[in-house]
Amino acid sequence: MLLSVRNLQVSYGRIKALHGIDFEIEEGEIVTIIGANGAGKSTTLRAISRMVPVEKDTRMMLRDIDLLKYPADKVVSELGISHVPEGRRLFGNLTVLENLQLATFARKDRHNVEADIQRVFNIFPRLEERRLQKAGTLSGGEQQMLAIGRALMSGRKIMLLDEPSMGLAPLLMLDVFNALKEINQEGTTILLVEQNARMALKFAQRGYVLESGNLVMQGPSAELLENPDVKKAYLGG
Amino acid sequence: MAFLLQNLVNALQWGSFYALIALGYAMVYSILMLFNFAHGDIFMTGAYIGFGVATSLVALSSLGAVALPGWLILVLTILVSMFITSFVGITVERVGYRPLREAPRASAAITGLMIGIILETGNLALLGAQRVSFPSLIETVTYNAGGVYITNKKIMIVAISLMFMLALHLFIRKTRWGMAMRAMSFDYIVVPLMGVPLNRMASMTFALGSALAAVAGILFGMAYPVLDPYMGILFGWKAFVAAILGGRGSIMGACLAGFLLGFIEIFVAMIFPSTLRDFIAYSIVLLILVFRPHGFFGEPYSAKLRL
Repeated sequence: MLLSVRNLQVSYGRIKALHGIDFEIEEGEIVTIIGANGAGKSTTLRAISRMVPVEKDTRMMLRDIDLLKYPADKVVSELGISHVPEGRRLFGNLTVLENLQLATFARKDRHNVEADIQRVFNIFPRLEERRLQKAGTLSGGEQQMLAIGRALMSGRKIMLLDEPSMGLAPLLMLDVFNALKEINQEGTTILLVEQNARMALKFAQRGYVLESGNLVMQGPSAELLENPDVKKAYLGG
Repeated sequence: MAFLLQNLVNALQWGSFYALIALGYAMVYSILMLFNFAHGDIFMTGAYIGFGVATSLVALSSLGAVALPGWLILVLTILVSMFITSFVGITVERVGYRPLREAPRASAAITGLMIGIILETGNLALLGAQRVSFPSLIETVTYNAGGVYITNKKIMIVAISLMFMLALHLFIRKTRWGMAMRAMSFDYIVVPLMGVPLNRMASMTFALGSALAAVAGILFGMAYPVLDPYMGILFGWKAFVAAILGGRGSIMGACLAGFLLGFIEIFVAMIFPSTLRDFIAYSIVLLILVFRPHGFFGEPYSAKLRL
């Protein structure tokens, strides 16, 4: 097991966002967590990347490493867990190339950086054309590509993706998911949270369903896609 | 004409102090969205540290152990004081601001004011109430260029200031740390997701700003050799005004606005009695802000998102 999460609890002030959820991811898998707006999907990812504090009974292990011993920046730079946040959150005042370079801030293998940037450009040739353009001037699809490319530069053991399909036209969405498949085949384990449940379940091998801070269902994607409850609640009948 | 040029030279020197101090304000604001209201007192502390270092070096030199020329003492004073003062800044951030990073902004502002008072009164307790005079390390030479009197010190002050501003500019543009600062000025919440350690960035920014304030303090001591523990208050406020005028968080904007303040003050004093200087000068600044509330290079205020 690559990542195991036990009894994950997060509160924002007095409001409990996650009521103690358990899940795990095997190496090389694509796993998705689907759920409605406000179910706690983004919070789950933020907890793993240590951007929100968790309650004290929570356990998170990356193999035999206690994730909770690492601050947010070390989760990326030492454990190799990258996070593509909701809304992309690119640095609009930096160029495309600078956004990619910044993500290597703490990397010790400086000599590999150039080749890795080239790899991102091979996956997303559009980014290479725009390498000296400010990230803020990119189209929505290009921004998503850059957000994913940036995550590839910072850590590639596990990639956490928060709604990469948001705001993308269907064709672009397909491009992005094809690229993610390619990234996964090169060895990056993917945890995807999505409101677009159909797309997510077609892409992932396994899925979890999150409802108001509790995991209510789990299973292979194919099964979830056929499950009448999932169909009714998340796939539009 | 000579009169005008004379004032221009004076304004450049005066503006250098504001600009160097304003840089520290703007850097901290740009990456942490925090106004460090203790910054004026860090400038004062830097001047005193400079005084301490310079006097010790002069004493050491006069003992005959090592005969150091004045210019070398000055260079050493600047470098050593920058180093020591940067730790004052790092401590202020670590002790005063870091525990309040998630607290309301007002708490941090109040903390800044308190730290300022602690630095002022701490200095008073340590060195007593009498003013100290900064050793004159370099003999003043006055050049007369067609009726404009320029001293070697004035040239030196402006040149050293510009040199540090250029160095800072290159640091921000060309280094990985500078790139991270620029990224933080856009969105500091997500910066840790790039593997950038937020706390070390904060320490570095306070260290840089404080080191520049120390430079300003020493240069000020060269031009106006009398130091007192409250010298940082008015300078701090005016540099803060410069940082706002330049545009919240715009580092080079703050620098230019610092010079502009110097010019406005000196040219107001050229026309009006000097008792009216600040009254009129800051009325002008107020008027500028009415028409450009975001300052020269600032972007209209937008609430930053949280991740």
